[in-house]
Amino acid sequence: MGPNSLFGPLDPASDAGYTDAPKRKGFFTDTSVCIGCKACEVACKEWNDVPENAFEMLGTSYDNSHSLNANQWRHVAFIEKPAAKPSAPSVDLGMPAVGAPVSDVPQDEKPDFQWLMSSDVCKHCTHAACLDVCPTGSLFRSEFGTVVVQDDICNGCGYCVAACPYGVIDRRRGPEGDPKVGIAQKCTLCYDRLTDGQRPACAAACPTESIQYGDVDELRERATARVELLHERGVMDARLYGNDPDDGVGGTGAMFLLLDEPEVYGLPPDPVVTTKDLPRMFTRAGMAGTALLIGAALSFVRRRP
Amino acid sequence: MSPAPDASTHGDGSGTQVRHGGSPGRSRGRSRGGDRVMVPDADFTSYYGRPIVKAAPWEHDIAYYLFTGGVAAGSSLLAGGADLTDRPGLRRAGRIGSLVGLLLSIVALVHDLGKPSRFLNMLRVVKLTSPMSVGTWILSLHGPFAGLASAAELVGMLPTRWQRGPVRLLLRLGRPAGLVGAVTAPPVAAYTAVLLADTATPAWHAAHEELPFVFCGSAAAASGGWAMVTAPIAEAGPARTFAVGGAAVELVMAHRMETSMGLAAETLHTGTAGRWMRASKVLTATGAAGALLGGRSRVLSVVSGTALMAGSFCTRMGVYEAGMASARDPKYTVVPQRERVERGEQVRHQG
Amino acid sequence: MAEAHPVGFQWVVEAQNRGAKVIHVDPRFTRTSAVADKHVPIRVGSDIAFLGGIISYVLENGLDFRDYVVNYTNAATIVSDRFEDTDDLDGLFSGFDPDKRTYDPTSWQYDVEDEPGQQSAAQADDSEETQEQRDSAAGMQHEAHGMQVEGKPRRDETLQHPRCVYQVLRRHFARYTPEVVEQTCGVSQADFLEVCRAWTENSGRERTTALVYSVGWTQHSVGVQYIRTGAILQLLLGNMGRPGGGIMALRGHASIQGSTDIPTLFNILPGYLPMPNPDQHATLGDYVDSIRNPGSKGFWSKADAYTVSLLKAYWGEAATPDNDFCFDYLPKITGDHGTYRTVLDMIDGKVSGYFLLGQNPAVGSAHGRAQRLGMANLDWLVVRDLFEIESASFWKDAPEVATGEIVPEECATEVFLFPAASYAEKEGTFTQTQRMLQWREKAVDPPGDCRSELWFFYHLGRMVRERLADSTDDRDRPLLDLAWDYPVHDEGALGSEGAQAWGEPSAEAVLKEINGYDVATGRPLSSFVEMKADGSTAGGCWIYTGVFADGVNQANRRKSRHDQSFVAPEWGWAWPMNRRILYNRASADPDGKPWSERKAYVWWDEEQQQWVGDDVPDFEKTKPPSYRAPEGSDGIEAIEGIDPFIMQGDGKGALYVPQGLIDGPMPTHYEPVESPFRNPLYGQQANPTRMDYRRDDNPMNPAPPEEHSDVFPFVFTTSRLTEHHTAGGMSRYLEHLAELQPEMFVEVSPTLARERGLEHMGWCHVVTARSAVEGRVLVTERLRPLRVEGRTVHQVWMPYHWGGGGLVTGDSANDLFGITLDPNVLIQESKVGTCDVRPGRRPTGPALRELVADYGRRAGIGDQLPARIVTASADAQARSLAAAETSDDDQEGQ
Ligand SMILES: Nc1nc2c(c(=O)[nH]1)N[C@H]1C(S)=C(S)[C@@H](COP(=O)(O)OP(=O)(O)OC[C@H]3O[C@@H](n4cnc5c(=O)[nH]c(N)nc54)[C@H](O)[C@@H]3O)O[C@H]1N2
Ligand SMILES: Nc1nc2c(c(=O)[nH]1)N[C@H]1C(S)=C(S)[C@@H](COP(=O)(O)OP(=O)(O)OC[C@H]3O[C@@H](n4cnc5c(=O)[nH]c(N)nc54)[C@H](O)[C@@H]3O)O[C@H]1N2
Ligand code: SF4
Ligand code: SF4
Ligand code: SF4
Ligand code: SF4
Ligand code: SF4
Ligand SMILES: [Mo]
Repeated sequence: MGPNSLFGPLDPASDAGYTDAPKRKGFFTDTSVCIGCKACEVACKEWNDVPENAFEMLGTSYDNSHSLNANQWRHVAFIEKPAAKPSAPSVDLGMPAVGAPVSDVPQDEKPDFQWLMSSDVCKHCTHAACLDVCPTGSLFRSEFGTVVVQDDICNGCGYCVAACPYGVIDRRRGPEGDPKVGIAQKCTLCYDRLTDGQRPACAAACPTESIQYGDVDELRERATARVELLHERGVMDARLYGNDPDDGVGGTGAMFLLLDEPEVYGLPPDPVVTTKDLPRMFTRAGMAGTALLIGAALSFVRRRP
Repeated sequence: MSPAPDASTHGDGSGTQVRHGGSPGRSRGRSRGGDRVMVPDADFTSYYGRPIVKAAPWEHDIAYYLFTGGVAAGSSLLAGGADLTDRPGLRRAGRIGSLVGLLLSIVALVHDLGKPSRFLNMLRVVKLTSPMSVGTWILSLHGPFAGLASAAELVGMLPTRWQRGPVRLLLRLGRPAGLVGAVTAPPVAAYTAVLLADTATPAWHAAHEELPFVFCGSAAAASGGWAMVTAPIAEAGPARTFAVGGAAVELVMAHRMETSMGLAAETLHTGTAGRWMRASKVLTATGAAGALLGGRSRVLSVVSGTALMAGSFCTRMGVYEAGMASARDPKYTVVPQRERVERGEQVRHQG
Repeated sequence: MAEAHPVGFQWVVEAQNRGAKVIHVDPRFTRTSAVADKHVPIRVGSDIAFLGGIISYVLENGLDFRDYVVNYTNAATIVSDRFEDTDDLDGLFSGFDPDKRTYDPTSWQYDVEDEPGQQSAAQADDSEETQEQRDSAAGMQHEAHGMQVEGKPRRDETLQHPRCVYQVLRRHFARYTPEVVEQTCGVSQADFLEVCRAWTENSGRERTTALVYSVGWTQHSVGVQYIRTGAILQLLLGNMGRPGGGIMALRGHASIQGSTDIPTLFNILPGYLPMPNPDQHATLGDYVDSIRNPGSKGFWSKADAYTVSLLKAYWGEAATPDNDFCFDYLPKITGDHGTYRTVLDMIDGKVSGYFLLGQNPAVGSAHGRAQRLGMANLDWLVVRDLFEIESASFWKDAPEVATGEIVPEECATEVFLFPAASYAEKEGTFTQTQRMLQWREKAVDPPGDCRSELWFFYHLGRMVRERLADSTDDRDRPLLDLAWDYPVHDEGALGSEGAQAWGEPSAEAVLKEINGYDVATGRPLSSFVEMKADGSTAGGCWIYTGVFADGVNQANRRKSRHDQSFVAPEWGWAWPMNRRILYNRASADPDGKPWSERKAYVWWDEEQQQWVGDDVPDFEKTKPPSYRAPEGSDGIEAIEGIDPFIMQGDGKGALYVPQGLIDGPMPTHYEPVESPFRNPLYGQQANPTRMDYRRDDNPMNPAPPEEHSDVFPFVFTTSRLTEHHTAGGMSRYLEHLAELQPEMFVEVSPTLARERGLEHMGWCHVVTARSAVEGRVLVTERLRPLRVEGRTVHQVWMPYHWGGGGLVTGDSANDLFGITLDPNVLIQESKVGTCDVRPGRRPTGPALRELVADYGRRAGIGDQLPARIVTASADAQARSLAAAETSDDDQEGQ
């Protein structure tokens, strides 16, 4: 354990004791080019043999898979929202020959409109609360710096579920009989494919390269360049999420380019790994426990029969 | 438009209205319970009102465990003290309380995990970053000693002619085991606070400063209450003191907790959790008053002891429910974080 | 495009990353709009007005690519003085016969040079013939044919002559002003002009614009003219035959291009050879002459070699010069045998058996009820599919079972359901929209009894021939004489007894036969130029010749694009002759030099005295730009050095089409057949020549000028969801796809929801004169009411993927449509109709029919004269007809 093992920038694989680890791997999900095709959702399920999630129309735009959970390791969010009113059309209508009288379609009847789509996934946090709190060692840090669950070790305690600041990991619910029911499940960043030198199934399936897989260092640079380009093109809403190694989880292995505030996509605006405060918690618990012991002793001391 | 019916996991705490088809909107987050609203309405955005963090997949078992664990820990302490100060009645009450508490705790834990082997599974590693791992080891340390002491107590209750051979050995081990049990008891009472606080569940994490004190106080109150009910009045003095002190700590620290938690404190006042917490306060205060004033009356002793236990139980239930509610409603995740961001005080590693 | 072609859409995103601006013109805001730079909502079925407006913008502002237009298109060609336009005839062109509802196209022809005032002969001489062409969807043949032009039409290269195509076109579209576009399409003038500017600014010497369309444009009663409008624009702007230009149909099923090249259609033979008919094609000679049309320019002059080679491929040794190469064995068509006609014939008891392969008409075809009632009235039905789709199970679970119209116990149709192997389980080629064939290996063995189509038909043919082996009946000769021997793979997995006998035929052997070979030596041909009319060559599809050149499966080439030129000629193989861009001679200027360095593609190399470049030149290799045709020449010889459109009868791109189209030489805005609006441009409401089946079981909702159109006040359109595939056979039966969109829904705007009391996620039902279907309500701002002709129009949208089978079930949107077809290619109008929308679930059982009948009564369907189709003024009709008569007289006088 290094000084930053609970909080602060660090290379997770070497912190976990790997000596000759490959470069940290992760995702950069550029939601500005996501077309919501859900190929990533399906590819993930096909490759990882994840069963269906729910046959339920939710009425939340085209999102019928609800959220990341044990049966949904990729989740595409759909957000319909009226954008800021478009600025008035530029003056010259460029039709010298044909006069163009004022349009009888009032501008406000045609709100400019945005349909945001974003494919969410486990963030493979630098400081992964799920991994930190797991009492069985079922969750482990791979040599690629990713966070992986081992089905056969997990005891289903569910601690990781409550610990993840993004609400990613979950225990698989029924039907009984499936050996993985009750076991925590989430994206493995296709650990089996990575060890085979292949890229993750979801990234391979994504047609528009909204999901980019690669070395986290390089992806961070790419993400920064992309957001700068979008700003140059006037897309001032573009922002990065999870790319800052100084942030509350030490930066994520899966970062995002978003077009609105994180919470619009169901992401926490400023997540912090809960174990950042763990030393303090243990200190307080120690104090409380000591107080309890002393209190107990005092109860007897004061009134000796 | 009418609010969209959301999927099953959408609990009662939703603060966001879905306007229609696809627009998760910025909207008034309003507590629905109609209880006191401590924090002004917050304007926030979420994804169709869906939770951001996931509620711990723990049933009420865990709340029961918090309670029984507390009773067990406090009882071990009382039993230890009673043993040293030669109060056999109180010792017996303590040891039995400890045994019952431990047994019920194990039932609750195993029920939550599904099968016993899953508990043992946790002993394959020692993980300091996992309060559950730490707690498991604490329990594994405390449990056998406390259990041994209780067994000795039970054996002591047997007809003397049966107290032979190994049984006698057991009897002799009663005291040392009980003392080790007592010394290892405070961690049992305290770690559960860390267990809850070390999550992304807003109400639990936000309470991490005070929750250990609340839980330890609660443990003292409950175990003191147990002893007031079960031990001879004459020997129960320390138990009453212990209980009253615990109750006082619990009440004071719970109050401090509520004021320091920020928005998430709301969940302690509203809905199911609010009802548990109010009941807890009334019961704990009443129980403590009863213990102070009428400790020498058998009836009052039983009544106030029961009230103290019930109060502790309500606290545990209230904290549990508040956590659940705070996880289900994205408001408690988004608003405090958003406020931090807006103040320019995002959590960042410094240097 | 992002919805239905997500993988192809990556290139749009790529272009966007390189700075391209994406404008999406679509009635609704889709996944495509979500990433486009701009979305322009348009009223369904009004694109001709929209595109016409752009054409007008180009012509009025002189923004066309003049050098290109003058030399490479028929802009300069002078049209007969008998031609009268829709402007004068209230929406009709000259030559309309109101009884037959077809045109005599004689007055549309060009003026021929040698005899001033004389016209070039029309392909169809009168409206009767045009009617036949409509029945046989003759427009399909023009996919590769082009028109035929006899003689040398007169030209005015200054484009000033009032009757030159350029001026005719300008006058024709002058009405399509931005105001009219706004009134008709509901598109604001600002948005419209933005599209105009974007398109024109991105065209010219240095830049080209590609036009990519799909079925939002085709499934209309004027579908072909939609594409024509696009084609005119592309020609005017110089975007044809050049890199980055062109018009491409985004195809649907994986090899839908292949299935017109080697057709699964009733009216054409492989390589777009027309299906012979008994009246005009008594002999091989008649048939061939009708195709090559002596006197016309171009490559169709060798139709005899293509036809004879095809017949040799079919009947091998039995096909000899003495028996016209078995031409008589070819089935002949007598009229409309299209899928919709056939289904109506089934209802009428005229069809006894049906093969259904890879199609699910019970859900996927317009007028679902008619489809199912038709199939329920057969003797037998063979279905080959991956699952037991609705078209196989209709007899027990169709909605008509609930209404009592189909009684399972009494339904006499015997259904044979065969399990099919999917694309991954068999080898073969796909031909995609660029005409490129790509070979595909078999990835896994098909499970259980599943077999490929190739296996099924090969062995079916083999068994039928074995049964008939001793027959002496003449009518069995065509079958018995077939060349029906293909090598089979000796695979253990296929066929336990006698693997050889039941083996999977080699798809490569079939491809070799399609490619063609020298009969004597078996040597594969390398180009269709080698095909002979004397029976010494055989070949299954002349345009595919070369795919097996040098005995190599050229479709199986997979050289990385990084290891070859940007045209990537060594990836797969494209017909004809591996050419990636058709008519690419147009990528060079009249002198043979590239229009610009940036857009250089194919050019004339003076030193080598030949055409060179990155692609296979679509021109005779050594014919210089300066070549001019000698007097009296025809065929290939008549193609001049500046005639890039070598399959056209005059070598020019057609801005104006004197022949080959049933509904007019130029596109005109007609309202959809079902529309709440009166045509704002002409008295003629909808396409007067449309294919229309008037029967009680195919009622259409009334549209103006008829009364009661207000009974169905809303416009609805249907299309695809990314999550599902067409009629659902390949998505509703698979859990990982079915869960993505688990229920049938109806999208409505918040305004309409308020107006009709529809609750988000509640139920609603949509009603037409055919049926009512229900779905969950999805209220969304992605659907916007538009202002059209001064009033608000609500558009309702539905996916059409649901049916009664699979893991997720729901009503079929196709039950709402009636059958009305485009006259040129017989595609159904399934992108637009009118409807009513009501809250709550629809009634079930007989009550459903009552509800629909009640609507019908209120709409006046059935209790009055049939709705008028020709609504142009009586005077216009008479004048138009007169044009036909004069020209008839004229011809008689010749
Ligand atoms: N995921 C998926 N992909 C598919 C298919 C599928 O079922 N699912 N099907 C395949 C097949 S068979 C085909 S043919 C292609 C079809 O591909 P597309 O043609 O792209 O498919 P559609 O969704 O039917 O229609 C496209 C758009 O046309 C719009 N539209 C309707 N009427 C009009 C109109 O009058 N004018 C204009 N401008 N737009 C109009 C609709 O709103 C819709 O957005 O897709 C293929 N790809
Ligand atoms: N309202 C409305 N109607 C439409 C359209 C629309 O936009 N709106 N679009 C139209 C269009 S463009 C199309 S293409 C049609 C499509 O309509 P259909 O062709 O009727 O429907 P599909 O579901 O594509 O049917 C293909 C079937 O082939 C099966 N199949 C797949 N592979 C194989 C194989 O290798 N062999 C065999 N034997 N079967 C196989 C599949 O399981 C599936 O059941 O729908 C048309 N109908
Ligand atoms: S996102 Fe959650 S589940 Fe994923 S690594 Fe971080 S803490 Fe663990
Ligand atoms: S549920 Fe499994 S993975 Fe999660 S913390 Fe418990 S043991 Fe670890
Ligand atoms: S990386 Fe693999 S496991 Fe993770 S979401 Fe993508 S496909 Fe699924
Ligand atoms: S595959 Fe790519 S484009 Fe499609 S939904 Fe997923 S991230 Fe978006
Ligand atoms: S299914 Fe095939 S054709 Fe359709 S988008 Fe995907 S890859 Fe392209
Ligand atoms: Mo299609």
